[in-house]
Amino acid sequence: MSSDSKGLDLRSEIDRLISAGSADLACLRLSELWRNEAGAATAAFLVNRYEKLRGKIALFSSRVAVLRSFTVEPVVPLLRAEAFLHGIDLTVQMGDFNAYVQEILDPGSSLYRFEPDVIVVAVRTPDLAPELWQGYADLAPEAVSSTAERVTNNFSQWIRILRERSSAAVIIHSLELPARPAVGLLDSQRSTGQSAAIQQINQAMKQIATEHRGIHILDYDGLVARHGRLRWHDEQKWLTARMPIAADHLIFLAREWLRFMVPLSGRIAKVLVTDLDNTLWGGVIGEDGMPGIKLGAEYPGAAYQSLQRALLDLARRGILLAICSKNNPEEAMEALEKHPGMLLRPKDFSAVRINWNDKAQNLREIASELNVGIDSFVFLDDNPVERAQVRSALPGVMVLDLPEDPIAYAAAVRDCAVFERLALSNEDLRRTTLYAAEHQRSEAKNNFQTKEDFFRYLDQEAEVAPVSEATIARVAQLTQKTNQFNLTTRRYSEQQIAEMADPQECQVLSIKVRDRFGDHGLVGVAITRDEGETCQIDTFLLSCRVIGRTVETALLAYIARNAASRGCKRLQGWFLPTKKNSPASEFYRQHGFEIAAQNDGASLWSLNLTRGGIDSPQWIKVS
Amino acid sequence: MNVFEQVRGIASDLLGIPADQINAASSPENIEAWDSVQHLNLVLALEEKFGLQLSPEEMEQIRNVGDAARLVESKAQESPR
Repeated sequence: MSSDSKGLDLRSEIDRLISAGSADLACLRLSELWRNEAGAATAAFLVNRYEKLRGKIALFSSRVAVLRSFTVEPVVPLLRAEAFLHGIDLTVQMGDFNAYVQEILDPGSSLYRFEPDVIVVAVRTPDLAPELWQGYADLAPEAVSSTAERVTNNFSQWIRILRERSSAAVIIHSLELPARPAVGLLDSQRSTGQSAAIQQINQAMKQIATEHRGIHILDYDGLVARHGRLRWHDEQKWLTARMPIAADHLIFLAREWLRFMVPLSGRIAKVLVTDLDNTLWGGVIGEDGMPGIKLGAEYPGAAYQSLQRALLDLARRGILLAICSKNNPEEAMEALEKHPGMLLRPKDFSAVRINWNDKAQNLREIASELNVGIDSFVFLDDNPVERAQVRSALPGVMVLDLPEDPIAYAAAVRDCAVFERLALSNEDLRRTTLYAAEHQRSEAKNNFQTKEDFFRYLDQEAEVAPVSEATIARVAQLTQKTNQFNLTTRRYSEQQIAEMADPQECQVLSIKVRDRFGDHGLVGVAITRDEGETCQIDTFLLSCRVIGRTVETALLAYIARNAASRGCKRLQGWFLPTKKNSPASEFYRQHGFEIAAQNDGASLWSLNLTRGGIDSPQWIKVS
Repeated sequence: MNVFEQVRGIASDLLGIPADQINAASSPENIEAWDSVQHLNLVLALEEKFGLQLSPEEMEQIRNVGDAARLVESKAQESPR
């Protein structure tokens, strides 16, 4: 088999690159190897090699504890391999087999000692509710609902205790339905059927999850159903190794976990850049013309329409869409504006590059136009040559491998973990509009001689407020995804923000900004903590949309004024450099801070508050 | 690449040992990393790679890399993919 010998060559090339110190190239080859032969053996190889690359590439570390009622060990290498490919280095602790209840209840258990960032609760219906599984046919109807209630109460208690004792994000498997109900056809005829009882528990779990922060339900039954209930299970492995999932399906559980861990780690995509010909429609507009391209409700145009629907769904989730296509702009724009089969229209795209230039260069331009880091870009193109070119020129861009068959395009986009969101803020829902207003702003800017005149014209109003119930999700989200203007890049979950928001502990402030072109929404966060006479800035960040409009100065001035009024003599903050936050590196210096300490590239900046605060820009009204 | 070489490649990936240091007689007796978890991983990897399902009896038959390759070969003849 030639593919296998190719795999061997790739493995030796990867080992050569690692020993030669070419970490980035090694990563490129590792992801190529995974694309060619994703599987258990390759996963073990990837994990082993990525561990050798630690410290040489940027990785986000996260600790995952798994509580389980079955053998999950074989999923772990698959999970860690795919996590590494997303830039996430997972340390996984496996709870003892079927010991999940003790681990949750015992405050000194290995679960809590591990201090996980994420807890996965993977418990199966037969283990949690045996009466509703093999014993169902023996149950009286009234016993069915009392069993469902008992299981629901168990869940409710565990979730409450987990939430009290750990600030980790919790991912809980919902319960699966039986492939062959105990009473056969009758199961669907009764309201007290076996499936109905399990669904009732799942419904209650969703409700319990909404009563707490950071509790996420993994639709395990949906996952099993999606892949086929009968194919998912392997009864022999269950009976011999307590491993209920068929070997070739383990990867799907790993991927489902990753769909949560990717957004929890902040490794999310913010922009999707798409090609046009043979991607958004079938055929080539420059050759086939408007009537010739395939796009509509019928085959084959339907495949492209369903991809467009998938992209539109992403836009509704706050992901910006952009076009990068090699075409004559007039022809392509005409199709975008007028083709009756188009679901997407020019207004849905925040940036457009239709020209004959190199695509990597176009992507760089789009990144700077939108002011979004290119590391949160996904590139969609049917042409493998363009994909390879972007992959090697811009290793930070995630290049989606579209399948051969256009009918599978939409699914490939929908399955992509970097588009997952665990919560949606108002800002997410309005993002495309926000960027359109941004476009008008930058047009207006050209009419002014000086920045200050432009700022005055903008009529900016800022509202600084302590974090509240209504803003906590957005505040946590900003800490998780802001990379550029972020002084410390500390990522916090909603739960952690809620704990910090205790006024005795910390000041967690948010800033909303609006101007004559529209409302930016909540765009900045500052977290400070008083230590004696020093006010320490734990977090200071601003969404890239408002950087450079002196909003940052207004927020810092507000903090300084407040700290002084509480009797603080000093305002201090670290600048912790990352690959992406250089725009913030001179922030403290520019505002009169002096270096107080330096450590391994990081610098601690200090401002003496007794010698006067920071002037707030006169053109921003702060309330 | 023959079945033995493919199986050896899988064992090499899973156990973190270069393929040229693995032969037909390599087994839990002479490879320290080959514990019960790795044995399960090996079985699952063979099933996944070759599209088979191994019975509990067959899982027990695998005592070394050579056994694994022979088993896969005979199963593949039974039911070609």
